[in-house]
Amino acid sequence: MSPDFLTGITILLVYQLVGEVSSRLLQLPVPGPVVGMVLLFCTLLLRGNLEKTLDTASSALLSHLSLLFVPAGVGVIVHFGKIRGEWLPITAALLLSAIITLAATALIMQGVSRLLGHKGDEHEQ
Amino acid sequence: MNSDNLAQIWVYLSASPLFGLTMTLIAYGIAHRVYRLAKGNPLLNPVVTAVGLLIVLLLTIGMPYQDYFAGAQFVHFLLGPATVALAIPLYRQFSKLKKLWLPVLVALLAGVTIGGASVVKIAQWLGADQQTLLSLAPKSVTAPVAMGISERLGGLPSLTAVLVVTTGVIGSVLGTRLFDLLRIRDDSVRGIAMGVAAHGIGTARAFQVSAEMGAFAGLAMALSAFLASVLLPWVMGWLL
Repeated sequence: MSPDFLTGITILLVYQLVGEVSSRLLQLPVPGPVVGMVLLFCTLLLRGNLEKTLDTASSALLSHLSLLFVPAGVGVIVHFGKIRGEWLPITAALLLSAIITLAATALIMQGVSRLLGHKGDEHEQ
Repeated sequence: MNSDNLAQIWVYLSASPLFGLTMTLIAYGIAHRVYRLAKGNPLLNPVVTAVGLLIVLLLTIGMPYQDYFAGAQFVHFLLGPATVALAIPLYRQFSKLKKLWLPVLVALLAGVTIGGASVVKIAQWLGADQQTLLSLAPKSVTAPVAMGISERLGGLPSLTAVLVVTTGVIGSVLGTRLFDLLRIRDDSVRGIAMGVAAHGIGTARAFQVSAEMGAFAGLAMALSAFLASVLLPWVMGWLL
């Protein structure tokens, strides 16, 4: 494990820990890791630069984000019974809702951008 | 080596986290290779292949999920720091986000509300029970946050995790085709929609399309996780 990665993951864990503690102490509706993310984002904005250590650790984690979902996905095994009983509402709702959410979000964002006069492929600075 | 020895080794393995952890990494390794050999065909999403392989394995050797999870939890745990790490792509895209903040905010508020309301209404209409509805509500939110929301709403967090993964796979399979069909070509718009509807799995897919789409998807996943934990309890209170 490179020292960069070790420092980076330590920073991430410290922010998660602070996030968890403040979420519980202040009884926030937002889960700890999200509070940690917001705090880290604010820190980065205030400092105005991104350290290499943090970059190394975050790209390592985010480049294999799919892997992290596997243990939870295998959990389907526990719910086979419930899913077999309600497979139609569950499958239809997930499928249709995914299509509706993707299309509505994209069209709304495109619509608002056009209303405000943004061009899609505009790049500044 | 006689069969007594083998049995003892098996007793050791099934009680140790080593087995579940190693099998998770191997299954993902195979799944990832298959995905690359198929040139990134979204139907061969590595999460689906890996989950399928592991389920077949667990059913074959008769290992309960709890025993498997005792090892796999080390991978699962990393979802926490990975959520915190989303601050980095968010920070990177900040100059672009600052320019687009209003369309992004409107799209996120609408996407989170529509995502939660549509899944619950469709499932309710087709006769799902209350616990299933509450477990479905946060299906578009990234797993660790969705499980937290599900618990607070009174759903089953472990069922939510499965629904979240399924949603992510559906979104990443359909997303780019749907955007082509709707003639949505701007990668910032495509990324935002992907992140809101299909969280981390959609973001992983978006990064394969372009760095810009990936960064916006990551940003949408992070911000919508935040918005969903505030909005969904309120939306569900109103709908159910």
